[in-house]
Amino acid sequence: MTPVRKAFLRGLVAASPMTVVVGPFAVLFGVVATEAGLNVFETMLFTISVFAGASQFAALQTMQENAPVIVVLATALAVNLRMVMYSVTLAPHFGELPLRSRALMAYFLVDQSFATTVAEIDRRPEMTAREKRAVFFGAVVAVAPLWFAASFAGAMIGRALPPEYALDFALPITFLAMVAPMLRSLPHLVAAGVSIALSLLLAGMPYGTGLLVAASVAMATGAGVERWREGRG
Amino acid sequence: MIDKTAFWIVLPALAFGTYAIRFSFLGTLGARPLPAWLTRCLRYTAVAVLPALVAPGVLWPAATGGETDPARLAAAGVTLLVGLVTRSTMAAILAGGATLYALLAVAG
Repeated sequence: MTPVRKAFLRGLVAASPMTVVVGPFAVLFGVVATEAGLNVFETMLFTISVFAGASQFAALQTMQENAPVIVVLATALAVNLRMVMYSVTLAPHFGELPLRSRALMAYFLVDQSFATTVAEIDRRPEMTAREKRAVFFGAVVAVAPLWFAASFAGAMIGRALPPEYALDFALPITFLAMVAPMLRSLPHLVAAGVSIALSLLLAGMPYGTGLLVAASVAMATGAGVERWREGRG
Repeated sequence: MIDKTAFWIVLPALAFGTYAIRFSFLGTLGARPLPAWLTRCLRYTAVAVLPALVAPGVLWPAATGGETDPARLAAAGVTLLVGLVTRSTMAAILAGGATLYALLAVAG
């Protein structure tokens, strides 16, 4: 087996435990999207063209609340801003690859493919750019087809569910469940606390703009606390 | 229900914006390191946005006409707690969902 093929398999194997989360999460997106009034075609177009779970949920939630388009976009894109870090981190490893390769990787740059690739590069820093790319796409093959198929299954389930099973609380539970494991340091906890407190205080602000203010202040507070701790330590 | 006009504006804009974020450095090879204050902020985007997105709906759910609902509040609390303890998103969703439906069944 060529080194590139081996690398591909390593990526595939390393990312496969993540399917346990990705599958149900995608089903949930399909269900919630159709419950919110999207048809199966719209749901699939959404999930294929955006391909970023958390921001898809965020967009559904704010659209359901009839927030203005600009607020929907600002919220959903803010959720994706962490990917700037992913893009920065991977860039030096793939610079020698052709642009079309990097353009394709950008589409598939998600939490799972990023985490797998970075961990593998850490373990085998001597890999060539083509081997690293193979690891990346191994991880993509493990999660992306499943994401699309499970979204589709969810959309079909959601279409079949009678409206009295109103899943109004599926979104809040999903978001809380995504946030809780991220609260692993004091700055993360403080940021989340400020985010909750301000969003409640500012809930009366028009067009969901309270959310944007709360999120911006919370982000700056998290960064500030981190900086303050570094300064002391 | 989602307004379809809004949806068809959001869809391409969000798809394009998300792709631009991913392509930013990988595509342009701007491998210069980001300023420290910026990476520091980026680290906290998710924990800053997601709680603000849900907190008002947890306390004042639209489904009950904005009246605080013990079942939904408890479900949110259980979700957060299980997620913190187990560090597992799936475990937290299952625990929160089970709490909600159990309490709604008892109350209903």
